[in-house]
Amino acid sequence: MTDLTKQVFAPRALISGDLLQVFYRLIAALLICLALTFLSESFLTLANVLNVLRQASLLFFIASGLTLVVLTAGLDLSVGANVALSACLAGTVIHQTGSPVLGVFVALATGAVIGLLNGLMVTALRIPSFIATYGMLWVLHGLTYWYMAGEIIHGFPAGFRQIGSGYLFGLPIPVYLMLIFLGIGTMFAQRTTWGQEIYAIGANPVAARLSGIPLSRRLLLVYAVSGTMAGLASIIFLARLNSAEADVGESLTLPAIAAVLIGGTSLFGGVGTVFGTFVGALILTLVLNGMNLLSVNASWQPLVTGVIVILAVWLDKATRRGE
Amino acid sequence: MGEADLAVTANPLQRIPGVAIVLLLLIAVFGVLAPGFVSAANIANVLVQSTLLLMLSLPMTLIIMTEGLDLSMGAVLTLTSLMVAIVSVATGSMVLGFAAAVAVGLAFGIANGCLIAVLGIPPFVATLGTLGVAQGLALIVSDGQSVVGIPQSVSEIYSATLLGVPVPIVLAVLAFLIFHGLLYHTRFGTYVFALGGNREALTYAGLSPTRLLIGVYALGGAMAGVAGLLMTARMNAGHPTAGLGFEFDAIAAVAVGGTSFERGNGWLGGAALGVLAVGVLRNGLNLMALPSSIQVASVGALVIFALFFDGLRSRS
Repeated sequence: MTDLTKQVFAPRALISGDLLQVFYRLIAALLICLALTFLSESFLTLANVLNVLRQASLLFFIASGLTLVVLTAGLDLSVGANVALSACLAGTVIHQTGSPVLGVFVALATGAVIGLLNGLMVTALRIPSFIATYGMLWVLHGLTYWYMAGEIIHGFPAGFRQIGSGYLFGLPIPVYLMLIFLGIGTMFAQRTTWGQEIYAIGANPVAARLSGIPLSRRLLLVYAVSGTMAGLASIIFLARLNSAEADVGESLTLPAIAAVLIGGTSLFGGVGTVFGTFVGALILTLVLNGMNLLSVNASWQPLVTGVIVILAVWLDKATRRGE
Repeated sequence: MGEADLAVTANPLQRIPGVAIVLLLLIAVFGVLAPGFVSAANIANVLVQSTLLLMLSLPMTLIIMTEGLDLSMGAVLTLTSLMVAIVSVATGSMVLGFAAAVAVGLAFGIANGCLIAVLGIPPFVATLGTLGVAQGLALIVSDGQSVVGIPQSVSEIYSATLLGVPVPIVLAVLAFLIFHGLLYHTRFGTYVFALGGNREALTYAGLSPTRLLIGVYALGGAMAGVAGLLMTARMNAGHPTAGLGFEFDAIAAVAVGGTSFERGNGWLGGAALGVLAVGVLRNGLNLMALPSSIQVASVGALVIFALFFDGLRSRS
C-alpha cells in the first residue's frame, strides 16, 4: 500500500468515528422521544409509533439514494419532482393495464432514467450538480403537471396497496423495506469497492482519479441510484395514498436533504453513512410528528425544516473545523 | 483591477451573439407559430411582464458572479409581496407597505449573506434553508389565505403611465441603470468581480470578502422587496404561493444571459436580454395555448442548454 492509496481509502479507517457520530444522533433521537412522551399523551401509542416509522421509511427511501450523491460532494435537488413524475406515470400504467408489476417497473425505470440524465449532465456536460438537478427539477415539474392536466388517478388493486399500507407481524410493510434497503445501502457503501470508491471521490476527487477510479462511471452510478430510489419511493407513495396527483412530491426535497444532513453526511463530500441518514430521517420525522401532536400549525413545517437544514450544515462545519 | 477590466471589456463581445441569437430565434419561431405574437399590444405586454423578473435577475447576476446562488428569492418575493398587501391594507399607505417589504427582503438577504460568508455554508443549501423559512413565514402571516382589498395607490404602480411609458418599465430601466452604474463604475462593482474571480486578492488588498458578500446578498433581498411591490400591484392581491419558482426564472435569465456559474464573470446586459428571452418564451407558449406546465419545463430545458453551451465555451 502506497501513501496515496492509504489517503484515498482513508474513509474506511473513519468508520469508528462515523459510528460515534451516529451514536450521538441516536441519543438525540431518544431524547426527542423522551421529551415527546412527557409533552403528549398520544406520542407513545402503538398507532403513533408505527405511523412515525412508516413516515420515516418514506423519507428514508429518497434520502438513502441522496446520501450517496452527497458523499461525492454533489447534490440531487430533483428527487421530489422525480417522485412526482414516477408516481404519476406508474399510476397511469397500473390504472390502464391493471398490472402492478408493470407499474413498479415503470416507476423504477422512470426514476433510473431521470437519475442517469442527471448523471450525464454532471459528468459529460460538466454542469455543477446542484444547478443541473435544479434545472431537472423544473423540467420534471412542468412535465408532470402537463401530463396530469389537473387529474387525479384514484383506486389501485388491493394487493398493490399492501406495499404501502399493509402489515406483516404487526409492522408496516414499508418499514421492512426500509430495513432491507438500510442493509443493502450500508453493505454497498462500507463493504464494496464501488462504495469505498464513492467515499474516495468525495474526499479527494483528484487523488481518486490518480488512483485509477473511473470518476464519470461512478458518478453516473450514484445519480442513477438516487433516481431509482426516488422511483421506488414513488411506488410506496402510490400504494399508501391510493392515488396519484401532480403535486405528490412537491414538499419532499427539502426534508430528504434535511434527513441526509442531520444524519451527519457532509455536504463537502467523503464523510457520512447510510445508517446516519436512517437516524436523520427518524429525527426529522419525530420532530414533525411532535409538532403535529402538539397541534402546531402545519405551516410551520417548512420553516422548521429549513432551520434544521441550516443548523445541520453549520454543526457539520463547526465540528469539522477542529479536525 | 487588470483582470476585472479584461472581464468587463473582452467578454461581452464574445457573449452578445449567444443570448441575442437565442432571443432572435425565439422571436422568429413565435412570430411564425404563435397567433398575435407580433402586435404592439403583445410586445408591450411582454415588456411590462418582464419588469418583475428583471428586478430579481439584476441582483441574481451579481450573486452568481460571486459563485453563489439564491434559491430563496422566489419565497422571499412571496413574503415581501404579502408584506406589501398586509401593511398597505392595514394602513392604507403604499409607502409603508413598500418599506415593510424592503425591510423584510433586506433581513432575508443579510441572513443569507451571513450564513454563507460568516458560517461558510454553501450558498445553494443556505438559501434552500431560508427558502423553507420564508415559505413557512408566508403561510403563517397569511394564514394560507389571499390578502385582498389592496389600496388603489398600490395597484396604480403597475397600471399607471409616466409620459406614456408604463411605470413598471420606468422602474425597470431605472433599476438597470443603477445596477449598471454600481457594477461597472464603482469600486463595489470591481470588488464583486473579484469576489468570484479572485477572492484572495481582496484579502491581500485589505478588504473583507465577508462584508462584500453580505452586501451582495442584501442587495438581492432588497430587490425582492421592490419586486414584491410590483407583484402585489400586478395581482391586486397578496397570495401565499405567488412567488414560487420565480427564482428559477431569474436563474434561467442570468444563465441564458451568459453569466458563468464557475468563473466569476457576468454581464448585466446579457441578463436583461435573458429576461426578455424567458419572457418571450413564456408569452409565446402561452399564446399557443400551451399550459404553464409546459412553460416551466421549457424554461428548465433552456437553462440546461445554456449551461451546456457555457460548458462548451469554457472548454474551448
